[in-house]
Amino acid sequence: MFKPESADSLPIPASAATPSLIDGPELPVDVEVALESLNQWQLAVKRFMRHRMALIGLAMFCFIVLVAIIGPIVAPYNPIDIPGAIHQGGDGPSFTHPMGTDDAGRDVYTMVVNGAHISLAVGFFATVIAGIIGIIVGSISGAAGGVVDNLLMRLVDVTFAVPLLFLILVAAVFFGQGSMVALILIFGILQWGLIARLVRAQFLSLREADFVEAARAVGVGTMRITFRHILPNALGPVIVVMTLLMASNIVLEAFVSFLNFGIAATEPTWGNALSNAQNAMGDGNWWWAFFPGMAIALTVISINFVGDGLHDALDPRARL
Amino acid sequence: MSTVIDLSHVAEAAPGRSIGQKPPDDVLLDVRGLKTYFHVLDGTVPAVDGVDFQIKRGETLGLVGESGCGKSVTSLTIMRLIDIPPGEIAAGEIWFDGVDILSLSPSEMRDIRGSEMSMIFQEPMTSLNPVFTVGYQIAEAVKAHRNVSKNSARDRAIEMLAAVGIPSPERRFKQYPHELSGGMRQRVMIAMALSCDPKLIIADEPTTALDVTIQAQILELMKSIQERTGTALLLITHDLAVVAETVERIAVMYAGRIVEAGTAEEVLLDPKHPYTQGLIASIPSTVPRGQRLNVIKGTVPNPFRMPTGCRFEPRCPHAFGPCKDFDPPLRLTGPNRESACWLQYPPGELPVKETDAPPATPVPVERVGH
Repeated sequence: MFKPESADSLPIPASAATPSLIDGPELPVDVEVALESLNQWQLAVKRFMRHRMALIGLAMFCFIVLVAIIGPIVAPYNPIDIPGAIHQGGDGPSFTHPMGTDDAGRDVYTMVVNGAHISLAVGFFATVIAGIIGIIVGSISGAAGGVVDNLLMRLVDVTFAVPLLFLILVAAVFFGQGSMVALILIFGILQWGLIARLVRAQFLSLREADFVEAARAVGVGTMRITFRHILPNALGPVIVVMTLLMASNIVLEAFVSFLNFGIAATEPTWGNALSNAQNAMGDGNWWWAFFPGMAIALTVISINFVGDGLHDALDPRARL
Repeated sequence: MSTVIDLSHVAEAAPGRSIGQKPPDDVLLDVRGLKTYFHVLDGTVPAVDGVDFQIKRGETLGLVGESGCGKSVTSLTIMRLIDIPPGEIAAGEIWFDGVDILSLSPSEMRDIRGSEMSMIFQEPMTSLNPVFTVGYQIAEAVKAHRNVSKNSARDRAIEMLAAVGIPSPERRFKQYPHELSGGMRQRVMIAMALSCDPKLIIADEPTTALDVTIQAQILELMKSIQERTGTALLLITHDLAVVAETVERIAVMYAGRIVEAGTAEEVLLDPKHPYTQGLIASIPSTVPRGQRLNVIKGTVPNPFRMPTGCRFEPRCPHAFGPCKDFDPPLRLTGPNRESACWLQYPPGELPVKETDAPPATPVPVERVGH
């Protein structure tokens, strides 16, 4: 929006217009002391750092991400080797297999570590897709109003009217065929409605904000007001909801895989491990299901802690 | 109700102000018969219902009235910042610098806003965007109207911060609104409004949200800047003390209309309209200690059920004959002095209710019988 300086551009006649402003008698001065300038995001980081549970959650989450990246490299066994188990239904935890093995003798620890990146990737990218679509649709809806707003919001109503799980299962059967990318796209495309509604609600309240009126009063254009003034102020709650959506997407992926509609059963994901372990549970072989289940639970809990911290940190009414 | 009111005195009250005619060059802002209505669920609210006033170049006018009388809506209408719908500019003309701005396109109006006329708002705490530095926001106002580089916009912003009395402006430039006090933020808002050398500044209750000492500083600042730059100022307030100190002329508003206008001295020392008289009498300091304060009896009329006659009639201690049925237009009572009250009209010019006269042609009633 800023035009580059051109040769014939008019410089502000600072000397011509307001010399008297500067040279005039001493004006009353409002004295105030400030040590450092922090913007809204820096302030949010500062508030976040004071939230103990959020920090614990963040540390846990970073550890899980680290495991997802370097875990498969340092894992002691190949996840798709089938050495065969000594006992039927898998061997219990031992020094060679700290989390036991499944009925085919595959190391559960290797399975958990290899499943991490799939769960995280599905959770993260599906949420990012839902977020991008939701923010764009919500911004347009909230900024435009009228007929456009009405049509887009009825579209959101339709996405809410159809049971999500049912739609995911159908879509997974038709388009998925066990592919991770397909699952990410399906989750993302079916879940943007929530974000769009939230962004729109934020826009509707911010549109009436004093600073938006003040920006209009100095002649700032509509596009600039929408994307530079309103959108950054609308993002706080959206980030919080996206964090929680990511956690729920990880659970959803495990659930869909558990029902054998998700990632191909041959892939070592947490959901698949749970699914395969179903029969072994009856034999008392708890470890096969326990460790992948714990991995899911810890990941979701850590993300929810982070989301809780973000909620407090990004609350516009919160003060440092 | 079909009485024709003689409107010749209106033309007398406003020479050269007939509808559609360009005002003389020394008049910067000429608002004529302005009506801004809001269409809400319960009906139509006539927030501004026939407002007339003028501001000459470099002049300061105080628009005074109680809450809900339409002062702010008047100012927002002049800036064309009313949301349409639900708002509607139902009638009138706003001549600004020789142009009827109601005829301008939205983009032409955007060019005027901030550069030719700008506005200072009531709430400095919420009128700055929390995600940008104050300097960025002043520079943005400059860049919206001037084709300048980022650096010269920045220089201009720092210059403006210095001009409104903010110490170490280079450092303040980089600070965020939450780091400034209310008084400082209002200075920033003033810097922003002044950054493009506007011909008119509209200040909508600029000191209401500030404490008394800061109020005095901000008024002093606005006065000194106005004197030095020669910018015209429309100061909107409910505080008579504020206008008494700051402006040359006063227009008093009641229930969407101007009821009295004149120089500050004339209006405050010799109010002609009973509403203005009531306002001045209700200032606490005019009453000896220990006595009950004077009040204007009654309340502002319900906007859905405006009185058919003078809008102040139900509360007026001097109401007489024509007041209940006829709405008094503004009448020139002295040079540049106007008042909308039947008391200011000679008895011969007062309208008379028609119902006393016999009905013109009675409708014949036909009996239907067997």
